[in-house]
Amino acid sequence: MIKNISNLGDAALYCDFGNEVNKSINSQVIKYFKTIKEKKFEGINNLTPSYNKLIISYDLKKTNFKEVKNYVENINAQDSKDINSKKLEIPVCCHENFSMDIKRLEEILKLSREKILENFLNKEYFCYMTGFIAGMPFLGDLDENMRAQRLETPRVKVPKGSVALTEQFANIYTFESPGGWNILGNTPLDVFDSSKEDKPNLINPGDTVIFKEISLDQYKNYNE
Amino acid sequence: MSSNYLEIIRPGINTTFQDKGRDHLYHIGIPFSGAMDNRNYLIANKLVNNNLDSALIEFAYQGPHIKYSGEKINLAVTGDVIFSIKKKDTEIEGNCYESYQIENGDEINIISTNKSVYGYLALGGEFDLKFQWNSCSINTKANIGSNDGKKLDVGQRINLKKINSNKDIKKTNYINTKIENIRVIKGTNFDYFSEEGKKIFYEKEFTVSKLSDRMGMRLEGPKIDNIVNTNIKSEGLIKGVIQVPADGNPIIMLSDHGTIGGYPKIGVVASVDYDRLVQMSPGSKIKFKEINLSDAETLFKLYEMETQNLLSQI
Repeated sequence: MIKNISNLGDAALYCDFGNEVNKSINSQVIKYFKTIKEKKFEGINNLTPSYNKLIISYDLKKTNFKEVKNYVENINAQDSKDINSKKLEIPVCCHENFSMDIKRLEEILKLSREKILENFLNKEYFCYMTGFIAGMPFLGDLDENMRAQRLETPRVKVPKGSVALTEQFANIYTFESPGGWNILGNTPLDVFDSSKEDKPNLINPGDTVIFKEISLDQYKNYNE
Repeated sequence: MSSNYLEIIRPGINTTFQDKGRDHLYHIGIPFSGAMDNRNYLIANKLVNNNLDSALIEFAYQGPHIKYSGEKINLAVTGDVIFSIKKKDTEIEGNCYESYQIENGDEINIISTNKSVYGYLALGGEFDLKFQWNSCSINTKANIGSNDGKKLDVGQRINLKKINSNKDIKKTNYINTKIENIRVIKGTNFDYFSEEGKKIFYEKEFTVSKLSDRMGMRLEGPKIDNIVNTNIKSEGLIKGVIQVPADGNPIIMLSDHGTIGGYPKIGVVASVDYDRLVQMSPGSKIKFKEINLSDAETLFKLYEMETQNLLSQI
């Protein structure tokens, strides 16, 4: 449930669902997101669900804070048809060509490479949100013993497809971008494809993702 | 192949096609983009008898030098811009907010913006551009939009699909006003900052850094001290949000911003001041002034009425 609605500037609603990060709060956020998105309220021009917040931005020429707040407060998010979430397997190659931060992770986590991969692979992760850069999924939660802080100095260029970790989350860099997450491997999949306008994102909030290891040869032949 | 086209002799620093931008995509990670200074974008289109949502060329600082080939077409430049038009046997200094008719072989040289950042070059017609999500706005970070999502480049040829039949010459006397204070609404993490930090935010002057672009404007000046936490759990952003990372230097989100961010939000720029904010060039001094939501809404309404009024007089 929304605990509090306030304004973020003069053209957005800040819907606060709490401070914890967990699947149950995030599912509430996604439920509201999908319900409001389907109803196409005149003037709302963007919705950004995250772990425990939903930002609703609107065109100040068409509506205002009071109207949108009133609308959101009276919405019955239970009405939303249950989300058609997918379960996806993402191939990831953790060859040393790609796992740029494995040494760092070994040191921080005090685990061997094998143990890190065993803890990370073949487990279900929930997609809390997508964004920052187009299509980047924020997945969680990693095991307690897998949680590392981001790099002190972010990389200027993280290669496209990088699978990386920070705190309880994993993500995938959908295209080359600056970034400070710990890189563990790389996927040959196109996780964001701007030529598919109706569904550019492979992974969407509410989906479940399982990383499956592939070899360097399989990686190279993947798109052949 | 179209017989009406532009050739880029010099692309300029950051020259892109922009229109009204794209919406309903934040949840995917795609920002609005679109013309940074919306009022000047609209005026440019109106001056050449275009639909107001047409694509035009946006440039920053130094603009493009282009050569036109084809039938007669109207052209207008808006912003605070120094430019010239070279015809067969003359070269004239161009005036902003005035349309010109150009013909085969004419060259337009956008020399620079004057104590501002963005300028607009509109042609009376329609560029032949690819649309992505109903917009041809170029987002160079995600490579989305027309021109494969990349800045315009030297030697490129840009075709026109259509030339407006209405070739009336138009003029308006608009002057870009500068404002001393940028008005802001308190951010959702305002209380993360020390009393001293809050005071600094509203009372001290900041300087616009060179590291500013269509994604964000970085500010330098007195550090704003955070007393709660230098990070928050990542959450959605909108344009105008002022985030303060651990180093205490504010960053204002602009039209191509990342859609999610994890730094505390001290304030949000009021919509009424966005067009003027983006025009503040590196080195400019900036001071924030707090206003409440209802004043921000009223001020925007007045600003919007003024824009419509300006457009109706063209």
